[in-house]
Amino acid sequence: MAEQDINHFLEGDGLDSEREKTIGQHIGYRYDVNLVPDMDRCTPFLRKYMEIMGWKDLNWLEDVHMGYEESRPAVFDRNINGWVTIPENIELPDNQQDRDMIARELLVKFQMAKGHPMVDLRNAYEKFS
Amino acid sequence: MGSVTTSHEMGLHEEQLAGRTQQMFFSATEEENFTYPWSYEVDFDKSAEFDAADMEISDINIKIRELMKSGHGTITVKNPRAKHSLGVGILNRVNLNFEGSLGYFGCGVIDGPNIHISGRVGWSCAENMMAGTVVIEKNAGSLFGAAIRGGDLVCKGQAGARVGIDQKGGTIIVGGSVGAFTGFMMQRGRMIILGDAGDNLGDSMYDGTIYVAGKIASLGVDCVETELTDLDKKYLKGKLDLYGMSAPNGIDNIIKLTSGKQLWNYDNLEPSEKKLVL
Repeated sequence: MAEQDINHFLEGDGLDSEREKTIGQHIGYRYDVNLVPDMDRCTPFLRKYMEIMGWKDLNWLEDVHMGYEESRPAVFDRNINGWVTIPENIELPDNQQDRDMIARELLVKFQMAKGHPMVDLRNAYEKFS
Repeated sequence: MGSVTTSHEMGLHEEQLAGRTQQMFFSATEEENFTYPWSYEVDFDKSAEFDAADMEISDINIKIRELMKSGHGTITVKNPRAKHSLGVGILNRVNLNFEGSLGYFGCGVIDGPNIHISGRVGWSCAENMMAGTVVIEKNAGSLFGAAIRGGDLVCKGQAGARVGIDQKGGTIIVGGSVGAFTGFMMQRGRMIILGDAGDNLGDSMYDGTIYVAGKIASLGVDCVETELTDLDKKYLKGKLDLYGMSAPNGIDNIIKLTSGKQLWNYDNLEPSEKKLVL
């Protein structure tokens, strides 16, 4: 997937093989899950996040990438088991490494916000506090 | 604290779920929080320590929680005496040091802490770990990092069988050798083994990457050797340097293994049958 056009899943439906066309769904991830991060492209926000958490690299964010769901850029939030759309006003860089950094930054902001769905779920179901 | 009726009172059962979830972002530029809203505010420079020799398991875990609640960001637990299930369920930034060894299921289900263990750990250390770092100075038992989803899990000694079974993310580093069926059913994430690997390495792995610096007894089904790229080498060097570790024969001689993707089976139903089901 690394050699594929970076906008492949934005401009098409991802149904490339005969099998995919037959079953009507893309097989596999819509991004390279094995792409390791290039720390030289880390954003200032992410560096501050790492410092606060006491980490020297991206830690769990190494597994976060910008994906493409229903032909829109999105990031998968494991805490809600769902895709979160990247805002339309954010211009996408022309390479996956920079896109991944944007996805990581937005995901941290989303997960740590008071309006995240986990806040309500925690209030409703937590067993101890 | 939630009760039986709380979720109903909050209206959480009224929404009708419809297919895939895709949420629009809130205004991402307005909020800059770095920790979960429910996290305890802790200061890494505010430290505390206690002796766990005569304490029950639950009392030790409650004590850790109380210290975080009172703002302690660095906590040292002396004499854990290989008790089971210590340091579990911590969803906070905190530096936690265990001076001694842990038993089964130590440091499971954690999200954020940086944990250091000066001794050994038993089965299933850091299972279901979400984020943070766990560093073990000596050996680890079987099922090390079972179903880990994120963070760095480091064992500087040897580890048992089925290391990283069902790994779904994160990075597992083992300074010594690992046992049979390491990486079994791995789904994503990275594993770095600086010693030798036992039989059936990466058996039935679905995705993810295994790096091995030593000898491999045998590969499991659908685990294949792949080219080690310059980006891989840069990543490995940076990651190993973080923990004062190095590949015995150099980074260039590390073997990279990924899934052959021959076991990827999606939707075996015929289209007509699928329409009937749907």
